[in-house]
Amino acid sequence: MSAQPDLLYSEEEEALRSAVRDLLADHCDAPGVIARTESDAPHDLAAWKALGDGMGLAGLLVPEDLGGQGATHREAAVVLEELGRAVAPVPYLTSAVVATEALLACGDEELLGRLASGRTIAALAVGLHLAPGAAFTAVRVEEGALYGELTGVADAVAADVLLVPAEDGGLYAVSVADTDAVTVTPQISFDLTRPLAGVTLAGAPGRRLGDAGPAVHRALRAGAGLLASEQLGLAEWLLTETVRYLKERKQFNRPVGGFQALKHRLAQLWLEVVNLRAAARAAADALATGVDTEVAVAVAQAYAAGVAVHAAEEALQLHAGIGMTWEHPVHLYLKRAKADSIAYGTAGAHREALAELVDLRAP
Amino acid sequence: MTGTAELERRTAELLAAHPPATTDRLDFLKARFDAGLAWVHYPEGLGGLGAPRSLQVVVDTALEAAGAPDNDARRNGIGLGMAAPTILKYGTEEQKRRYLRPLWIGEEVWCQLFSEPGAGSDLAALGTRAVREDGGDWVVNGQKVWTSGAHNSRWAILIARTDPTVPKHAGITYFICDMTDPGVDVRPLRQITGEAEFNEVFLTDVRIPDARRLGGIGDGWRVAQTTLNNERVAIGGMRLPREGGMIGKAATTWRERPELRTHDLHQRLLKLWVESEAARLTAERLRQQLVAGQPGPEGAGMKLAFARLNQEISGLEVELRGEEGLLYDDWTMRRPELVDFTGRDAGYRYLRSKGNSIEGGTTEVLLNIVAERVLGLPSEPRTDKDVAWKDLAR
Repeated sequence: MSAQPDLLYSEEEEALRSAVRDLLADHCDAPGVIARTESDAPHDLAAWKALGDGMGLAGLLVPEDLGGQGATHREAAVVLEELGRAVAPVPYLTSAVVATEALLACGDEELLGRLASGRTIAALAVGLHLAPGAAFTAVRVEEGALYGELTGVADAVAADVLLVPAEDGGLYAVSVADTDAVTVTPQISFDLTRPLAGVTLAGAPGRRLGDAGPAVHRALRAGAGLLASEQLGLAEWLLTETVRYLKERKQFNRPVGGFQALKHRLAQLWLEVVNLRAAARAAADALATGVDTEVAVAVAQAYAAGVAVHAAEEALQLHAGIGMTWEHPVHLYLKRAKADSIAYGTAGAHREALAELVDLRAP
Repeated sequence: MTGTAELERRTAELLAAHPPATTDRLDFLKARFDAGLAWVHYPEGLGGLGAPRSLQVVVDTALEAAGAPDNDARRNGIGLGMAAPTILKYGTEEQKRRYLRPLWIGEEVWCQLFSEPGAGSDLAALGTRAVREDGGDWVVNGQKVWTSGAHNSRWAILIARTDPTVPKHAGITYFICDMTDPGVDVRPLRQITGEAEFNEVFLTDVRIPDARRLGGIGDGWRVAQTTLNNERVAIGGMRLPREGGMIGKAATTWRERPELRTHDLHQRLLKLWVESEAARLTAERLRQQLVAGQPGPEGAGMKLAFARLNQEISGLEVELRGEEGLLYDDWTMRRPELVDFTGRDAGYRYLRSKGNSIEGGTTEVLLNIVAERVLGLPSEPRTDKDVAWKDLAR
């Protein structure tokens, strides 16, 4: 606790940010993202290919000798900030962070190499709402074949491989393409840009990777910690875009952004975004160094959801009529922000964890 | 430019020539000032070496380790934090040489005569008049308020109106006021905590030689910006440990008094703990930016954040204490030399922290500043800017 986390961005991290931002400007413009949400292919696999194949970003957390970049959570967090800014429908958090962390815990070199290249997408088959340490559903396993039903698995429709916890305590890899015994059924999801799916396993062959308990915990902890950076990106876009709009929008013969009542709300929001940046950087740095990780992640997740949702709600209200339309992208951000407030544990769940971690116990 | 090695060498020389154990405190401080190790970013001859401000820590750490006395900066916060940078920027060579050394050493404490009963957030509307006697001294009349430390101060930084016929920002001049002048009447201003940390200062025919004018006649508003900007910078540089502020008191009470806990208070405490930690990390991030030479606009927000947190946390702690929360430690009228925001009971902290969103710029004004200077939003239409001060509504 004595050493302070590095809360700044390095020059390399800033360079990475601008490269990702440029790429997303080409791939993920708002009308395109909105149109895609109602198509048969909710994920933007061209953007994913450019991020993974083109820039090698799917393998940031994978060591170089396994085909990855050997970078850290700090860099992955910068990528997630930019993906949040664009509400990009790519399975980065789910495959390149959460599934990758589960595989790192199991030490599965073969799959790690494939995920690092971006050519294989994996999803950890637990509900998106689960906080690190929460109980998760395990499926039945008989002679290497898996049987059961799972719901709420984020980005499963894009996944080539599912990482499935089983009742024998193992985590199994199930290759979706290789068997008819896996059915992935899209669920109508609140967040259109990170869709959920149900998974039915009817005797699907699985390969045991390792112990599910520690792998799932580690994966969800990284997911929760880096989700804060995505939420920062959402909030930052919402604030910037709302400020821009209110400088232009005129009513009562002056820019609406000049009314003090609105200025104060935007200044408060700015302050929340500034605080979130510090909390999110602290979580990313703690995941990278392993110092104070549990507390830093819980603080970031206990703080981030409120900021992202507040930013989205303010953006909608201050855009007013236009913000209520399907055509304007603010609803994509509201839906992502609200879903993110449940993903990897609610703020309340993370506060509960903190009560133990920092010894502020319940009555 | 002076680097770390050079500062370490000079600090070692100072310690060798003036061993702290056998040197009088003030003599040591004078020697430190003359060695350029007082504030290393100040120019040579004025207590500094023109070194980067971020290297001050090199000197401070070495001196602290050697057990050297410091200048007890808290006793002269306004002098060090606000008067000194203004004198450095706008003072004549003679003024810099006269005032900065006793100020830094702490021999001469300073206070600030800015706010008035009729000029709070709208400071530029101030009405204290300074009239010049045919090319000689200035004669000042008026009333200032919220002056901390006025009763201990040798000097004050003062802004007064020298031309009421021009718009308000243009008719102000900045002075150094002698607090021992017989026309200066300092009266304690008792506040809601029971004590009197601040004063009202009545100025009646106070004479100020023109040599104590800081900056040009009518240029006082611009000079005052340096003072006020430094007031807000001062908040940024701290390194706070986790639970270092108000939240630490509440958390300690929570841990030590399990019988007081309720579920409602538990949820609220955890939320405030998280918000305090986020604010602490923001302050730490700001500090890292300053050290890296990339100051950000985040400092403008820190005061806003800590004001609200101090108020909510201390308010929660009063409730947490239940029956004891109905009591107060001491209403005696006293004049504390230093304000200890976290030292007294929760009830005192609750009342004192109410001032945190008023002093040094109200939360409402700071939100405007963030909105306009950071976010670039337009200002409200103004009706006061081009009107002569004497014609303003009041």
